[in-house]
Amino acid sequence: MMRIDCPHCGQRAQAEFTYERTLDSVVTVEMVADEAMRRLYERANPRGLDDELWRHSFGCRQWLVLRRHRTTHAIEAVVSFDPTVHV
Amino acid sequence: MGGVTHYSALALIKAGFTGQKKWDRAWRDPEPKIHYDMIVIGGGGHGLATAYYLAKTHGLRNVAVLEKGWIGGGNTGRNTTIVRSNYRQPELHNLFEFGLKMWETMSDDLNYNVMFSPRGALVLGHSDGDMVRLAQRGDALRCAGIDAELMTRDEVAKFVPNLDMSRSARFPIEGGMIQRRAGTARHDAVVWGYARAADALGVDIIQNCEVTGLAISGGRVTGVETSRGSIGAGRVGICVAGNSGPLAAMAGIKLPIEAQTLQAFVTEAVKPMIDTVIQSQSVHCYISQSDKGGIVLGGDPDRFPSYAQRGFTPPVERAAAEAIALIPALSRLRMVRCWAGVTDMSFDGSPIISALPVDGLYLNGGWCYGGFKATPASGFTYAQLLATGEPHPLAAPFGFERFATGATIDEAGVGAGPQLR
Repeated sequence: MMRIDCPHCGQRAQAEFTYERTLDSVVTVEMVADEAMRRLYERANPRGLDDELWRHSFGCRQWLVLRRHRTTHAIEAVVSFDPTVHV
Repeated sequence: MGGVTHYSALALIKAGFTGQKKWDRAWRDPEPKIHYDMIVIGGGGHGLATAYYLAKTHGLRNVAVLEKGWIGGGNTGRNTTIVRSNYRQPELHNLFEFGLKMWETMSDDLNYNVMFSPRGALVLGHSDGDMVRLAQRGDALRCAGIDAELMTRDEVAKFVPNLDMSRSARFPIEGGMIQRRAGTARHDAVVWGYARAADALGVDIIQNCEVTGLAISGGRVTGVETSRGSIGAGRVGICVAGNSGPLAAMAGIKLPIEAQTLQAFVTEAVKPMIDTVIQSQSVHCYISQSDKGGIVLGGDPDRFPSYAQRGFTPPVERAAAEAIALIPALSRLRMVRCWAGVTDMSFDGSPIISALPVDGLYLNGGWCYGGFKATPASGFTYAQLLATGEPHPLAAPFGFERFATGATIDEAGVGAGPQLR
């Protein structure tokens, strides 16, 4: 199990968090259909680092962005999700 | 079967005169040639079955299967070996039923005992709502000519005597639906049987040969780069569920697939106590007993992207708790092993058997957590796509383009996203 450094609560067990989707797949209502489709269905799915949207569901319930390695599970960064920066 | 000894009781007796020490290799260990008409990437059950049907059904002989490790070392060796066809969606139950019929004759067809054991797969219902959904699913199956029987609470209690049938049970049992023709098979034997039969028809099975790149020129695939050198190919079929993303990325293609781990567990071996496969409409826990005696359990996927073939601990605890709630006697057993496989979670929960937007390049993947049962059907339909360029009618609904057109096949009815399944 990973330990995730929540920017609001400190280090907590992964069991408190839920994975939502990759950061590049956030869809907004303003997006044109092609862009929304691409974001809904196309994934790089790398065997390496990717940016992911997680939620501290059983803690502060804030949305977080994790930069995480998918083979080693090493977490490079955890920041609060900010729609003005991340979408 | 070419130059390979036909396995039979007589062959066994004959080999006894030389102390059972003079058996042929089950398959060769060839050096890769410089060019093949067809290359199948991935030596799991699906890839080897594909190569076998390319040779047997389509008469192709210049075929190679490239495997980065040893054959059957990926998800074919990491599943819970359940074989069934009781899906609600017609596209799915038609494909899986085609496969189930092939399982019934596979040992004879391959001259290899795959130990298919049609011990039945019972889906438990825990509420009136569950029973209604099971009845609907059963009706859909029977309309398609597939066996399904509803069972009352009393019939379930008689069929699996060690279930907790008390009214105070954590998951009260109201009844169930059984597919009697479903069951389990020996996963390694399926791999070895297809490998041996494909090899006998001239297919080169090349192990320890990792594909590191795809050679593409003028929008057409011309071969593969591997850890054992460049190999030319007329057509290339990706069949590496779990790693479809990285393979497709070699052609610059992004897929509606995310890799997530799914775990399975086995207890110490005990005398026969469960002679069927137990599943549930509401609880995601599936239980069977292997021929060796271990109770084989599976649960929910880990629900976050990972290529690490090791699991996340909370789903282990959850699956064990659910299994014990259903069959309290399991609480006395020790879990001796648990492992994880990397699954190709597709965005509608259904597989992708399709041409890709590069000429000569094909994909068979996205099997989520249910690919083992499909092994023969997957291989047969994929071989037809690779050999003719046209999808087999049963695989046609599983094209890559369905995500853009909206014709997704969503058995769970939860929408676009592997994290929802």
